[in-house]
Amino acid sequence: MRYIEPHAHMVSRVTDDYVAMVTAGCAAVCEPAFWAGFDRSSAQGFFDYFSQLTEHEPKRAAKFGLPHFTWLCINPKEAEDVALADDVIALIPQFLTKANVLGIGEIGLNKNTRNELAVLEKHIALAVEHDQLILVHTPHLEDKLKGTRLIVDLLKGHSGVKPGRVIIDHVEEHTVEIVLNAGFWAGVTLYPESKCTPARAIDIFENFGRENIWLNCACDWGVSDPLAVPKTALEMRKRGHSAETIDALIYQNPLRFLSQCAKFKL
Amino acid sequence: MTRQEILDLYFMDARAKAIDLAAFLDRVERADGPADFRLDALRTALDELQKNGPERARRVLLAFSDPTTEPIAKAPGKGACGAFNPQPST
Repeated sequence: MRYIEPHAHMVSRVTDDYVAMVTAGCAAVCEPAFWAGFDRSSAQGFFDYFSQLTEHEPKRAAKFGLPHFTWLCINPKEAEDVALADDVIALIPQFLTKANVLGIGEIGLNKNTRNELAVLEKHIALAVEHDQLILVHTPHLEDKLKGTRLIVDLLKGHSGVKPGRVIIDHVEEHTVEIVLNAGFWAGVTLYPESKCTPARAIDIFENFGRENIWLNCACDWGVSDPLAVPKTALEMRKRGHSAETIDALIYQNPLRFLSQCAKFKL
Repeated sequence: MTRQEILDLYFMDARAKAIDLAAFLDRVERADGPADFRLDALRTALDELQKNGPERARRVLLAFSDPTTEPIAKAPGKGACGAFNPQPST
């Protein structure tokens, strides 16, 4: 089995996780910028984080033979402070030429506020200006439905956005059609409690479309499983899916989306 | 998969979750305290399980979701609790 992990926060993980992922067949890992679990005190903290994502973490992954890619932004949990967000967004262009940067992400919404929307709009403009792929985080739990609608409306309202170059992540049964019907890619995140189980993720795959969809573990500093994607592949086998169908979902689909960035080469 | 195969694969897991849920409701009722919007949302979600028709998972998720459409002025915090509160304190 081979797979691409398109969304994992490896700076929060230990080296045993790299070993386990590579052993399970991981061919590449992609790491969006996100919330550290606490707010940074200044834009300088983000400069250091972007340096970690573009310089240090690829070297750490390479020790295990795993290609490492990344996405840059100020995450929605820290986007309520618009002045800070402006300072951080101004830092991003200098990192976009780094060898492992795939695009802008994971941008999006958290509590669906006006400030979060304003910062999301600035990120979208930045991505369009620099012809970058976009990775969008949708809010958690009770905020997901409203946030997904607001995000899709904002993206559709921007003439420079090409939906096929945007993946909207963390979809569930009540949001997946909103995303796919608007022409965007959809990411299904496998979490023990707060997102999808393997069984539900496969239900979504079987019922809502097999083309523009990917699975990810989004493992971070919280309760999460870096092997969630290969474990879901095992669940697909139990359901009788062929090796080709599994490969299409966990390897070919992310490869197809990510290869829209010329820097994504395996 | 046939219905038989699906039951063979998933019934025990669903049974365990149903019992866990029942035990949770028993636990809540044994404890004292005021009404809570999360419990109301859970009961609405449970009603959806009993209805016929497809998309039960979607309907359960909607039972927990914020139905409003306008962005809010200010974030009340960073986290989500799992159910929409129609009457937040402030």
